[in-house]
Amino acid sequence: MDLEYPQELQYQDTHEYVRLDGEIATIGITAYAVDQLGDIVFLEVPDVDEVITKGEGFGNIESVKAVEELKAPLSGTVIERNSAIVDAPEQLADDPYHDGWLIKIRVDNLDEIDELMTADEYSALVEGE
Amino acid sequence: MAKSENHTQSLLQTPLYHLGVELKARFTSFGGWEMPVQYSGITQEHQAVRNAAGMFDISHMGKFTFQGKNLISQLEKLVPSDLSRLQSGQAQYTVLLNQQAGIIDDIIIYHQGVDNTGTEKVVMIVNAATTDKDKNWLLKHLDLTNIEFQDLSRDKILIAVQGPKATGYIQSLVADDLSVIKAFGHLETTIFDQPAFLARTGYTGEDGFEVMVAPEVGIKLWHYLYESGVTPCGLGCRDTLRLEAAMALYGQDIDDTTTPLEAGLSWLVHLDTKGDFIGRSILEQQKTQGVKRKLVGLLTQGRNIPRHGYPVLSSGQTIGEVTSGTLSPTLGYPVALAYVPKELATVKQELEVEIRGKTYPTVVVKRPFYRSKNRTK
Repeated sequence: MDLEYPQELQYQDTHEYVRLDGEIATIGITAYAVDQLGDIVFLEVPDVDEVITKGEGFGNIESVKAVEELKAPLSGTVIERNSAIVDAPEQLADDPYHDGWLIKIRVDNLDEIDELMTADEYSALVEGE
Repeated sequence: MAKSENHTQSLLQTPLYHLGVELKARFTSFGGWEMPVQYSGITQEHQAVRNAAGMFDISHMGKFTFQGKNLISQLEKLVPSDLSRLQSGQAQYTVLLNQQAGIIDDIIIYHQGVDNTGTEKVVMIVNAATTDKDKNWLLKHLDLTNIEFQDLSRDKILIAVQGPKATGYIQSLVADDLSVIKAFGHLETTIFDQPAFLARTGYTGEDGFEVMVAPEVGIKLWHYLYESGVTPCGLGCRDTLRLEAAMALYGQDIDDTTTPLEAGLSWLVHLDTKGDFIGRSILEQQKTQGVKRKLVGLLTQGRNIPRHGYPVLSSGQTIGEVTSGTLSPTLGYPVALAYVPKELATVKQELEVEIRGKTYPTVVVKRPFYRSKNRTK
């Protein structure tokens, strides 16, 4: 399958992506992650005002066959959660980079973004797998 | 999510492996084998088996044949089931037991008949990961002077064709009338003019056949079925299907430390009608004193899935552990199997299950979770 990794996003090696707009970051999971998970049946994401910490778990994504912990790519405070996708997690697969986003956070420390990967780095990583 | 890992350890591949690769199946390691976990998607494959027909490469499973005099009476000593009542063409799902009545493996014994010299023939299908363990146990406990044993595990392949339309597809390939074959019935016949062993058994809760043939015949059969519209299925939906039907998975729901009475398999323990067998005294004791724990079905609300290893609680105290759990594609809610103390193992008993640090209500329900309307009796 040909999977896409948009150039304007930043990526974490645990398959989360970040779309940065000022100090607001939209976080989701990559097309590769969606493909690996298979049928997604359940999503657990934090509520608004909860604080997430880079590298730590901020939720879970459950497919028929397995559960995976979502790892925060940045630290910050949740300002919005995608309740449409929480209610219908199977639709995440249709458009993981737009309609399928998971949460938006206000980023604590914008320097953390430098530790993430570019689209080219990330695609080289997953294609090597 | 977690970082992906490369699978570099050497895994066995079945003769049908390349057919899965051609169809872009995703593979996983299972019992030492590299097996397809899914083709089109677990839910879609699951529905194909429930509503039409799906096919599974189960060639990784162990396949033994036995031939000899007093064969059935010898096998009787290794299982809790009464095999003497098995007629030619019938089969018994049963378990090999150790001295503690722990389950060495769950197996199917197919009785192939007796010839005019009194020689009995048996086919035995065992789990992939336990094939060597079973073989060692059998060879240690059977008197082989008059028995010919063959391990055909790597010489034959097995394809399971399952679902309400499965029999129709198999019927189109054989001259025998399959409508007269009951569940667990079996026959030797030919497919593409080559020898084939067909059994009306499976692991999905649906009607269907398991076909044992030589690899080249199996490859042809797989192509034929695929072109006829049978959905290729992987181990992913095999697990959701068997779990809806509340069938035990060896190594997960049952193992060397669980007895058939604890596992809810009392229907294959025939203490009254047969003589001595390995593990009998423990089962007799459990029967009179009662078992301490039982495998039960659990149902939870929502979509948070109780998975293997998650704690089961009663009034805040851990009392057991989930052995298998999934979101049932047919029912739309999570179902699980768990061992709990016998006094809490009654239907409608309210318990809790801990899912990643939080507890959720769950209730003991009757097994199976789902019963197909299409099954042949």
